[in-house]
Amino acid sequence: MHIMEGYLEPIWCLVWFIVMIPFFYIGVVKLRQILRDHPDQKMIVALSGAFIFLISSLKLPSVTGSSAHPTGTGIAVVFYGVGVCAVLSTIVLIFQALLIAHGGFTTLGANCVSMGIIGPLFGLIIWKLLRKAGAGVFVSMVAAAAVADFMTYVVTAIQMTLNVVTANNASFVDAFVDFMSVYAVTQVPLAIIEGLILGMFAQYLSTTRPDVFEIADKNKINPFAKEE
Amino acid sequence: MALSNNQKLYIGCFAVIIVMSVVFLACVNGDFGGSDDAGGGVADDYGYEAWTGDILTIITGDPNYELPGETESLLFAVQAAIGAIIIGYFIGFNAGQKRAGTGKTETEQ
Repeated sequence: MHIMEGYLEPIWCLVWFIVMIPFFYIGVVKLRQILRDHPDQKMIVALSGAFIFLISSLKLPSVTGSSAHPTGTGIAVVFYGVGVCAVLSTIVLIFQALLIAHGGFTTLGANCVSMGIIGPLFGLIIWKLLRKAGAGVFVSMVAAAAVADFMTYVVTAIQMTLNVVTANNASFVDAFVDFMSVYAVTQVPLAIIEGLILGMFAQYLSTTRPDVFEIADKNKINPFAKEE
Repeated sequence: MALSNNQKLYIGCFAVIIVMSVVFLACVNGDFGGSDDAGGGVADDYGYEAWTGDILTIITGDPNYELPGETESLLFAVQAAIGAIIIGYFIGFNAGQKRAGTGKTETEQ
């Protein structure tokens, strides 16, 4: 889903950076707070980042004959919220932009907003709703991870659409349909696969480290809300 | 030896993932391109022209430079390995702690 270098007008690069910065800042603050107050959580934070590293590197084939990669943000957003997820995603995005020229630095803000903020936010909302409805850890994580993955690509399609609408006077509906057919259709089966992988790991964690789910259930959807 | 519910769940999930992956690999026709590149292609179709190249084209000074496929695969593998090492360490650490706590080996549990 990474938007390549130069494929967003400078004004849109700026807009998405402005959207990203408050989430990134609050994520850094929360990360420092977690590592200071709950040093036992260091391993789980590393694990959340590791899943983004591992899963976002897997380029998988899909129904359209194209390929894409999952995002792996489900664990991070469910355990630590959108802010921390934005920070961990940014680390991976910088790694890929710097070493593989996948994504880019001018599009870092847009890619972080889709992969680290808005996509995972939808996943977190699904997690909260399902947990409130009494669903188990496995089912909740499968749904949360799949939705976070899929919505990441929907947001990317919107970002690319807005860009061609303003730069090339394209029709919003036509461009959105075109971008969605490239990104979203390819992504549906991959989102299911990602959901199953993260769901299995969440199930494993629920038996080995049930304490992390107590923290996850206290986590707020709004990253700017004050801690109780 | 009866399987626990968790083990049945893991086996079922892995089976679904393997079947889906094999079906997609078998059904892919023609060029196997990424959706990231395809997204750029759609923008090109609307007449959009990228205003800057990626960091490698800037460093090499060649606007058409692309990382060789083998090198790109290697770097993706390095990225995957970083994640897998941390996850593997976590699982191993937990298994070790469990053994130390219960005094049993993994196979006895």
